[in-house]
Amino acid sequence: MLGEGIIKGMVETARNFVGSYSDPERLTTVEYPEDKIPAKENARNFPFLVYDGDDAARGLRCVACQICEKECPPKCIYIVKSKDKKPDYIGKPQFYPAVFDIDVSVCMSCQICVEVCPFEAIKMDTEFELSNPDRFGGLLQDKHRLAKSNEYYHKIHETEAAEVDARLAAEKAKAEAKARADAEAKAAAAAKAATAAATPKPAPNPTTVAPAK
Amino acid sequence: MIIGEFFRGLFLMIWRVATDQPEAKADLLAVFPPSARPVISAVLTVSPIIGIFATLFALTTLLERKGLGRIQNRLGPNRVGPFGILQPVADGLKMLTKEDIIPRSADALVHFLAPVVLAVPTILAFAVLPYGRNLVPVDMDAGILFFFAVGASTELAIFMAGWSSRNKYSLLGAMRAIAQMISYEIPLIISSVSVIMIAGSLSPVEIIAQQGRYLAGGFVPHWFVLTPWGLAGFIMFLIASLAESNRSPFDIPEAESELIAGHLTEYSGFKYALFFMAEYFGMFAVSGLAVTLFLGGWHAPFEFLEIVPSYVWFFAKLMGLVCLFIWVRGTVPRLRVDQLLNFAWKFMLPLSLLNLVVAAVWHFTAAWEFPGAGLGRWLLGAVMIGVPYVWLGRALSGSKKITQRTYRFAD
Repeated sequence: MLGEGIIKGMVETARNFVGSYSDPERLTTVEYPEDKIPAKENARNFPFLVYDGDDAARGLRCVACQICEKECPPKCIYIVKSKDKKPDYIGKPQFYPAVFDIDVSVCMSCQICVEVCPFEAIKMDTEFELSNPDRFGGLLQDKHRLAKSNEYYHKIHETEAAEVDARLAAEKAKAEAKARADAEAKAAAAAKAATAAATPKPAPNPTTVAPAK
Repeated sequence: MIIGEFFRGLFLMIWRVATDQPEAKADLLAVFPPSARPVISAVLTVSPIIGIFATLFALTTLLERKGLGRIQNRLGPNRVGPFGILQPVADGLKMLTKEDIIPRSADALVHFLAPVVLAVPTILAFAVLPYGRNLVPVDMDAGILFFFAVGASTELAIFMAGWSSRNKYSLLGAMRAIAQMISYEIPLIISSVSVIMIAGSLSPVEIIAQQGRYLAGGFVPHWFVLTPWGLAGFIMFLIASLAESNRSPFDIPEAESELIAGHLTEYSGFKYALFFMAEYFGMFAVSGLAVTLFLGGWHAPFEFLEIVPSYVWFFAKLMGLVCLFIWVRGTVPRLRVDQLLNFAWKFMLPLSLLNLVVAAVWHFTAAWEFPGAGLGRWLLGAVMIGVPYVWLGRALSGSKKITQRTYRFAD
């Protein structure tokens, strides 16, 4: 009959109305500034720089390669490369960013900087309360404010951070193995050269002089 | 001395209004010279009406937001003041401090006049409603006619707003408003004509007086809504008044998902607030008329409750209807324009015309004298309006069959 559906609907809304008073479980509202739901693991808002260890200045993974600066669609990243080098996590001397600024008001949270970084140095944060009373200095975040520890990264993106750590560890192990092999080969060559020098022969033998590699 | 007389008159006026006594203003007016009395009298009548309905407007906006929130399992506004009760104050301050923008290509004069032209008739409509036993601002013999006459002139204001804004959404909204309001004016008036026929008067005071009797030992009021034609007329009156006051599900003139805000699109600041207020005032006025015509006006539901001041009952019934409107708004989705007009012309109009016949039959069967006559004529009226309702409902909606829709290219 005509009007039956409207009556059913009105009963349903009345049930909601009464139920929302008697049963607080029905209410989906979270009263935000007082109550907060923890951020979802896949949430992303604004990039930060990852550092290893305790010292943000020494442990920063960024090597100032400036790929992110070039790829950033709204051009919100500003990097100045250092003059000197310092060792990275493998121990290889690398440049580091003397200046690394990101403008909060320009960033569009696209995550492209994270996708292009070959050094796992820049990642997305879940922090979203970035408002600031100072609209110039307060919104331009420098590398001291951007630097956050690897532990923090593990806390907000657990799965992703574990993958990154495994990859970095594998690379480090590979690099160390290679370095060890290189060192051994070098040592062997040096030893050979030393023995060759110690037993002087008028005519050089090509098989003994040949490099070990 | 005259100040003492003034305050005595003022106190007596408030006391007499509060206790339902007649001639409330007499002592206060006697203080003033005879030439000033008409003006003073008018001010004394008009200012409480505007004050009370402005307060009700503020309360209703809060009630609506809270109620809709609860219907949708939300909390509603709860930040301004305890439980958010100061929210209307915050809204009002925000409206007043906003910039008043007039589009460069708008017709500035008409754009300015439209909210005023809308506000005046909605406030005028309050003039003829009896708020209590002795609280009738203007006791007019043709009060109902006056009410519909001023009520119909709000359409002009809405079209002025839509036309002068020079905005496609405004104009479309105004066109829809005209189509809708003219269509629903007819069932609205015809459904109230049945009451006028039975009461034999166009005066709201007389119509309420005829509903002031009680049956079954004072426990069944003689309200027109308790008759078959009255119930049908009341429901049709409510539906048509929802459409007249542009409220959901008939809010297509300002359908925000299609037309931004219809004729309100180019209005901001205080002019927007005036439109908003006029919309709610219109809702109060039309609910007040529904209370007057069908729900016994200021009469109590039971005879022993007549000791409660009469205006309490009027405003209780008024707020009850407003809550019903909010409930409907929280339940029913918006109609399409063609559905809306079909509903008005193919369903509401025939049924309201038929309701006139039912009212006539009710009038002429009043002389039945055999045992069970009261129940018999009630059932006769109910069948006369109920059977066509079911049949018309089937005929209009039965032809369409809902089938499983298949998507050829999406699967």
